[in-house]
Amino acid sequence: MNIFSPEAMIQLSLALPALAILLVLLTGRFPNVREACTLVVATILFLINCDLASYVFAGERPSWNLGQMMMPGFDIAFTVEPLGMLFALVASGLWVLTTVYAIGYMRGHHEKNQTRFFACFAAAIFAAMAAAFSANLFTLFVMYEVMTISTYPLVTHHGDEKAKRGGRVYLGILLSTSVAFFMFAIAWTWKISATLTFRQGGILSEAFSNGEVSELQLAILLGLFAFGIGKAALMPFHRWLPAAMVAPTPVSALLHAVAVVKVGVFSLLKVAIYIFGLDLINDTGAGEWLCYVAAATILLASLVAMTKDNLKARLAYSTISQLAYITLGAAIATPESALGGGMHIAMHAVGKITLFFCAGAIYVGAHKTDISQMKGLGRAMPFTFAAFLIAAISIIGLPPGGGSWSKWLLALGAAETGQTFLIATLMISSLLNIAYLIPIPIRAFMVPDGEEPQSFNEGPKMCVVPLCITAVGSVALFFYANSIYDCLLPIVQ
Amino acid sequence: MIEFLQYHLPVLLIVIPMIAAPLAVLIGNRRVVQLLSLAVCWTTFGLALWMVAIVNSSGPVSYELGGWAPPYGIEYRVDQLNSFIIMFVSGLGAIVLTYSPHSLNAEIPQSQHYLFYPMYLLCMTGLMGICVTGDLFNVFVFLEISSLSTYALISLGKTRRAPLAAFQYLIMGTIGATFLLIGIGLLYQLTGTLNMADIALQLENQRQINDGQWTGSRTLLVAFAFLTVGLCIKMAVFPLHTWLPNSYAYAPSVVTAFVAATATKVSVYAFIRVVFGIFTPRFAFELLPLDTALWSFSLIGIFMASIAAIFQQDVKRRLAYSSIAQVGYMLLGISMANIDGLSAGIVHMFNHALIKGGLFMVVGCFVLRLGSVHLDDWKGAGRTMPWTSLAWVLGGLGLIGVPVTCGFISKWLLLTAALDNDLYPVAILMLISSLLAVIYVWQVVEVLYFAQPSEKAKKATEAPLLMLVTTYVVVGANIVFGVWTTYSAGLAAKAAKALLEGGSL
Repeated sequence: MNIFSPEAMIQLSLALPALAILLVLLTGRFPNVREACTLVVATILFLINCDLASYVFAGERPSWNLGQMMMPGFDIAFTVEPLGMLFALVASGLWVLTTVYAIGYMRGHHEKNQTRFFACFAAAIFAAMAAAFSANLFTLFVMYEVMTISTYPLVTHHGDEKAKRGGRVYLGILLSTSVAFFMFAIAWTWKISATLTFRQGGILSEAFSNGEVSELQLAILLGLFAFGIGKAALMPFHRWLPAAMVAPTPVSALLHAVAVVKVGVFSLLKVAIYIFGLDLINDTGAGEWLCYVAAATILLASLVAMTKDNLKARLAYSTISQLAYITLGAAIATPESALGGGMHIAMHAVGKITLFFCAGAIYVGAHKTDISQMKGLGRAMPFTFAAFLIAAISIIGLPPGGGSWSKWLLALGAAETGQTFLIATLMISSLLNIAYLIPIPIRAFMVPDGEEPQSFNEGPKMCVVPLCITAVGSVALFFYANSIYDCLLPIVQ
Repeated sequence: MIEFLQYHLPVLLIVIPMIAAPLAVLIGNRRVVQLLSLAVCWTTFGLALWMVAIVNSSGPVSYELGGWAPPYGIEYRVDQLNSFIIMFVSGLGAIVLTYSPHSLNAEIPQSQHYLFYPMYLLCMTGLMGICVTGDLFNVFVFLEISSLSTYALISLGKTRRAPLAAFQYLIMGTIGATFLLIGIGLLYQLTGTLNMADIALQLENQRQINDGQWTGSRTLLVAFAFLTVGLCIKMAVFPLHTWLPNSYAYAPSVVTAFVAATATKVSVYAFIRVVFGIFTPRFAFELLPLDTALWSFSLIGIFMASIAAIFQQDVKRRLAYSSIAQVGYMLLGISMANIDGLSAGIVHMFNHALIKGGLFMVVGCFVLRLGSVHLDDWKGAGRTMPWTSLAWVLGGLGLIGVPVTCGFISKWLLLTAALDNDLYPVAILMLISSLLAVIYVWQVVEVLYFAQPSEKAKKATEAPLLMLVTTYVVVGANIVFGVWTTYSAGLAAKAAKALLEGGSL
């Protein structure tokens, strides 16, 4: 299938979502054409990414430099490495499914301004692709911000008072953390090492061994990155994620379970691996405090999730908790933990998008948003709730869900550094996950006393089919975890 | 012919609008005057572009007015820095004038139009003159030309507060100009010359003779104080900014767009010229603590003005306070007196001219259709005026400094410059202050898109095509120069380097 050179495929991966924006805007008047365009472009994008992946996972590192922006050293440049490739694959693959789902959802729900919706969606995917392939921190930051801005109209799609408040929290937290911390951290890194290019083994270790930065400064710098990348939703900067749930469900599904939040943790992993270097974090103990913060986020977010009756809110807090797993992987900074974090990006993405798809399907099919109203609904929507159960198992980290492997690797990493309390945290969190996820489908399949079982009434087909595919996918990942592990292995060697 | 034009290019930039101004009054016919002014503005812009090309290819150009050699005659001197500034000043002047007809019809009685155009041209003359001239007294003269015409332009405003605002500005502006004149007088007394390069040379010579001590240093200090304070008034540096909010708020929208995009930037240019070209950074920053003074006043100004902007319900006033804050960023860069900082300051002059010019043009569109600058009347206008509202969002993103807009370039350069100078507190405060811009821009966005439409907004229609197109040209330039920065940032860096190394370019 080698029609294009790897470099051309990078260009195409960036150009296609941009083309999708244009096509959507041009064909806005004809919804069928518009959606067909998105779908076709998304499919081509996924295929190209698959092709590109075959090169990258074989050890090639294709790169493309768009050119210098401002001073020398601040280039918009792209280099594909395995972690970014995995993220791009996940995002582009799920974009196809989400597009199908969104067509069902948006039409089933008679949403307004669908053209703007699909255009902004493509813009967000563009930013995700560019961030995934970014070759330096500068490019990553630019795309990170582009994503924040392009998703704002999606979060506030309904345009009412509630959307306004949600959007305010969303933009407020994401912009202020990125400007006050992330940008500062990048400029500081530039000052220390005079380069921003991601490099195997990190770019800060030299300055550290020359005594130009102290251990404390490194810890502070890591902190600026960890909190500055607000999309990683580390507490106390997590409020934007629940606030973003005012968005239509496809947005919550792809962006706030996959693209946006994963850009956050992906950036953090990339910073840990390619800017600091795992060895440096380990040797200086710069990540130690971050372990505590991540562990606290894991537990607290799970506890908050248990108190939420609104399904999307519960899923949002569950996401915060699961993202902290990946942050934890970066903070522990052993090869296993970093790989576990990287794999969890894919595992959690597929699992969580299924859960959100289910939430949306329940909303469109049965107009229910609260968990307490969903008793007995499983009889009416068997596919949806079965998918929910399967995905929940993966999120919890039980076999045969893909999430079990990434959590296993994280636990291994924690064991290696001898931080037993972290293993305990992971175990307790899994128990909490069971407590807040499993009862939902179980109760749905139980018929409440004295009520007739509801008749079969699934959501639109366009909604149900994608969620079944992703549910199957999260099981399939359990069996193919080994190959993902092998593909990612070069990043820690 | 071409050679003749090329030779006289520096003076043509000034002479053409200057001659056209009285001509316009004489003609008196509204339509003819309008066409004449448009032609003059675009010609000036074309000449400015030509000037830029010449300077880029063959270096600085020196022109002897009337054939009198400097330092006895008046020298016009165009180098990378001021060719850059005349380019964007004349460009914005031309495009704002193209944008103006509908807005003028709505805001200024037609009988006064023939007065508007000459004033506009004179203001342009003054601004171009300040940039092009190499003679310090000439700077004062052109500053007065541009200021006097600006007072007149502001007083054309619709409400009765406009003349009052113009008067307020007149008093402050005259004090500033007087200070400038006193400073120039003292320098003349010290050196016996008015040519800026020559003053710098004479000062340096006197210093050499005196074993590196500054001669007559008290006179020199007083001259420096008068010049800097005088220019600070014109730049609207906190706490000398009080004239600005009212002037911007009550002037006709077109005037606000033009003045906000150009006047303060040209004053900043004059300031750079005086501090770096005449007094040298050594004098200003090593002998005297101008850097500390500048960045402390800038930072206080940035915070005060940004916070004040958040509480303004009048959108023009909101942007006016934002302008005061943005001047603070320019001075912050200049105060660092290294290449990165100075180029950040210079590039922000350009970027902010685009951003603020664009945003005031957007305001003009809203004023035309809604007849109000009050936020309550703007409620829900995003539905009836989608393109105008989108332009606000794009311009606003530039003001905030989001990546891929030119505001980001300024902010980033400023940040790295601050870190290079180990000014960590300044860097942190600067970043935090830029978050205030998010608030004052986004409040308007929320009003436009999320509020229930006001009565006026319900009836509003999209702004006229001409206004929209011109607004989008400026707003689009925001984004173009946020992505393609080789020209703006590269040129600013070159100019900064020359200023720091050679004193005069």
